[in-house]
Amino acid sequence: MYEYDIVIIGGGPAGLAAAIEAKKNGVLNILILERDNELGGILKQCIHNGFGLDIFKEELTGPQYAERFINELKSMGIEYKLDTMVLNIDEKRKISYINKQDGFVNIKAVAIILAMGCRERPRGAISIPGTRPSGIFTAGTAQRFINIEGYQVGKKVVILGSGDIGMIMARRLVLEGAEVKAVVEIMPYSSGLTRNIVQCLHDYDIPLYLNHTVIEIKGRDRIEGAVVAEVDKNKKPISGTETYYECDTLLLSIGLIPENELSTKANVEIDPVTNGPVVNESMETSVEGIFSCGNVVHVHDLVDNVTRESYKAGRCAARYVKGELVCGGQVVKTKAGEGIRYIVPQVIRVENLDEHINLLMRVTDIYKNAKLVVKGNDIVLKEINKMQLTPGEMEEIVLDSKLLKENNIRELTVSVERQVE
Amino acid sequence: MYDVAIIGAGIIGTFIARELSRYKLSIILIEKENDISNGCTKANTGIVHAGYDAKPGTKMAIFNVKGNPMFDKICEELDVPFKRIGSLVVGFDEEDEKTIRELYERGQINGVPKLEILDRKRVLEMEPNIGDEVIVALYAPTAGIVGPWELAIALAENAIDNGVELLLNNGVKNITKLEEGFSIETEKRSLEAKCVINCAGIYSDEINNMVSEEKYVVTPRAGQYYVLDKSVGKLTNNTIFECPKPYGKGVVVTPTVHGNMMIGPDNRIVPTKESKETTMEGLRDLRDTVGRSVKGIPFNKTITNFTGLRNDSSTGDFIIGEASDVKGFINVGGIKSPGLTSSPAIAEYVVRLVDNVFDGLNKKDDFNPRRRKMIRFEELSDEEKNEIIKENPSYGRIICRCETITEGEIVDSIHRNAGARTVDGVKRRARPGSGRCQGGFCSPRVMEILARELEVDITEVVKDTKDSYILTGPTKEVDEVEGGIENVRI
Amino acid sequence: MDVYEKICIVCPRGCRLTIKKDEKSPRGYTVEGNTCKRGEDYGIKEVTNPTRVLTSTVVLKNSSLKRLPVVTKGDIPKEKMFEAMKVINKVVAYAPINGGDIIIENLLDTGVNLIAGRSILSQN
Repeated sequence: MYEYDIVIIGGGPAGLAAAIEAKKNGVLNILILERDNELGGILKQCIHNGFGLDIFKEELTGPQYAERFINELKSMGIEYKLDTMVLNIDEKRKISYINKQDGFVNIKAVAIILAMGCRERPRGAISIPGTRPSGIFTAGTAQRFINIEGYQVGKKVVILGSGDIGMIMARRLVLEGAEVKAVVEIMPYSSGLTRNIVQCLHDYDIPLYLNHTVIEIKGRDRIEGAVVAEVDKNKKPISGTETYYECDTLLLSIGLIPENELSTKANVEIDPVTNGPVVNESMETSVEGIFSCGNVVHVHDLVDNVTRESYKAGRCAARYVKGELVCGGQVVKTKAGEGIRYIVPQVIRVENLDEHINLLMRVTDIYKNAKLVVKGNDIVLKEINKMQLTPGEMEEIVLDSKLLKENNIRELTVSVERQVE
Repeated sequence: MYDVAIIGAGIIGTFIARELSRYKLSIILIEKENDISNGCTKANTGIVHAGYDAKPGTKMAIFNVKGNPMFDKICEELDVPFKRIGSLVVGFDEEDEKTIRELYERGQINGVPKLEILDRKRVLEMEPNIGDEVIVALYAPTAGIVGPWELAIALAENAIDNGVELLLNNGVKNITKLEEGFSIETEKRSLEAKCVINCAGIYSDEINNMVSEEKYVVTPRAGQYYVLDKSVGKLTNNTIFECPKPYGKGVVVTPTVHGNMMIGPDNRIVPTKESKETTMEGLRDLRDTVGRSVKGIPFNKTITNFTGLRNDSSTGDFIIGEASDVKGFINVGGIKSPGLTSSPAIAEYVVRLVDNVFDGLNKKDDFNPRRRKMIRFEELSDEEKNEIIKENPSYGRIICRCETITEGEIVDSIHRNAGARTVDGVKRRARPGSGRCQGGFCSPRVMEILARELEVDITEVVKDTKDSYILTGPTKEVDEVEGGIENVRI
Repeated sequence: MDVYEKICIVCPRGCRLTIKKDEKSPRGYTVEGNTCKRGEDYGIKEVTNPTRVLTSTVVLKNSSLKRLPVVTKGDIPKEKMFEAMKVINKVVAYAPINGGDIIIENLLDTGVNLIAGRSILSQN
């Protein structure tokens, strides 16, 4: 069985960045396994701009951002296989994959980096009642049809979910000649960027109905309409508020779930809140030698963060291959306190830290004029004032590693506290 | 003139077609929908019942008990998934205990083997997740689970392999009795047959009433379901039935042959024979009440919901027999639960009726009872996987990530007899789209393959019914008014 | 009335701006609700000359791919979006293409080019 130093599963932004950084850190024998017929992952179909403000100080479209990394990867001579699906991985880092040319192949890796991204929640995940006609698409699938295959999916559209994908698709559909009648959002706020509310909805006079959801789908062969109702604070429809929207298309933008089928095959521990692997400061999972980065760990809003996280994973996987990662020593567990939904990484082995540790997290609600409070063993280590916190925007706290080392911290909690006026 | 025209390509029609194809008869199987099994056959619990439930002496009881043991052979011959996992009818109180004893007795009369009444201790040994209030259960080891539409499709394929003609998208508009035989007018064709077999499911009353004065009525009664993600695993080992109530069998919690868990159905009167919606109240009630039977059902792992329509007949039993006032017209109507279980026995019986009509049938020498084996890539060993890819590289491309389905399997499902022509048709034969992403990843690729293999434009590929279009057309329709395409050659 | 309500998108704060026409004001408008100068600039620009980057796809030939992603290299007036789409929809691009290649020069006389969003190798 052929053995690579690092095998990376997924050639999207996460896998590309991890591969590049691993090679720059001295690992030569790297292989990326990608299931699509090109590298670039989901970025290939994200033809809108807004990518790269942080990493490149430029605003790029998804394909432009991907191309930067693809070109760098190719110039570095990193090996990759396309149209290749990984069927299995195990704790010993054996990988089974198939493609048309090679057939069924088993290979081994010193380290694996999981970068499989995520999938969309389908209608069944929220059991939208009604008939089961055609014309119901998840936003990403519609995006693929329109941007990659070149086909329009409908003429009169209702969109459920005001996350970024839903709003981006609202604009895309209008520009390709469809009518978007409404964007319906069950929460009292949109989970997407304000910029998208302005440039995708306001620009095209598309109404956004907060605290609303679709309660019934009608239509025998193709969808003919959607019944929308207001919801109460328990997210239950309020009787009497039903409105019928005649439409031939319903787009669902109701959440992304990290795609961890392979991870569970290797007995990687999954965090039930993120639905991604529990990772440590080196982006290593609970299984030694298996690393993870990008949307498969937790769903990101900005690809720039995916890139930085993946650089870290690549760097640390390289360290692991070279025998430089330390297993023992002081271990800190991170804990999501009041107002925090989750923190990545979940585990910190202090011996492996550089000068800083980056904590990524999401809040549970919208907060204005609040502060993020970092406590180690109940001692306040850091406080950061935030004028606005929202679940739709991932937050990052950079912590001086010395703070963890000096105080012999075992548990690190981050919570949201309102500011004292 | 055909010898036999079978109306309806659900489990009953396809089974009868396949059984009749053993004989030297010209047979046409007429179906109003765009695919096999598009009526009740694709929307039911998929249970092969043990047979204690039906009233003794009824056709339901007789055909259920006869049909149950026939499943091993037919599913092996046709390569259809079937598992005899056993069933438990669980009771919560004294009244239920009484009902369960009644069912046991009924089972004895009906001839159901190996029935046992279990106390809570034994139920718990079998089912660690059984509800806390369960005190007693009727155990039927002969109950099983099957793929109902897979079976109908396999039967249709085998029937066509053996000479049966399939006519889809041709609902029967009128049947007239001729001197000899019948004239049948469908949506697009007129044909004649000596013998007509009415297997039209929810519409079997309307077909019967076209020719016979012995009218009956089939009333739809809806039942909706939850299907849970495979990752939920085996919540139960057996099929778990709630103790039956006067109106029906009660909610079922069952593993499916594919490894999902399925919960349902509820029981709802609906206004029309096309009322196949799921409802908010119904789904909520199912979720709220089923915990009595089985604990800890993770409804947040739901991947889809659907509704099926039971065929309630005005006679309360299966209606199987030659119409007394119309020679050569055979009814197989009012087939509701245990219709699926009964189907092999019903088909066998109907063959005898047809034999009567024709005063003897001649067996073919070349009848092939076996369908070509399905390749299920995921189930192959590593070496087998490698071999099949070398032989046919389209098995090296995975289309459905959730269920590990290859392009080769999809192409095969399209080109077999009674092959897939729609996205749901591919789903029901090869399974892409039945997994946790419900087609989100695979449907563009499945549509591409369908378009290529059927040599149609991708915009003509439909989801299921012939009007269930998916794509409206290419983006960038050229605006003819403004002078056509401007070529930019870079 | 000449009063406009806009949400500022320059930073995540999302200040609610009220922009009023005011000839006496040095820039012709007063802006309220902003927290910084960039917000004021944004508000005035949004009511006097709102511009946007336009992203879309064009028909692609000579490739196994069917569409080429394109983007304006710079902002164009917001009111020209649909007219721009009409022009873009008539274009056919032929592979091979380099990312950044000009697909439409000086789109609708805005001085802004429409460029290819990625490279495409030719089919052969």
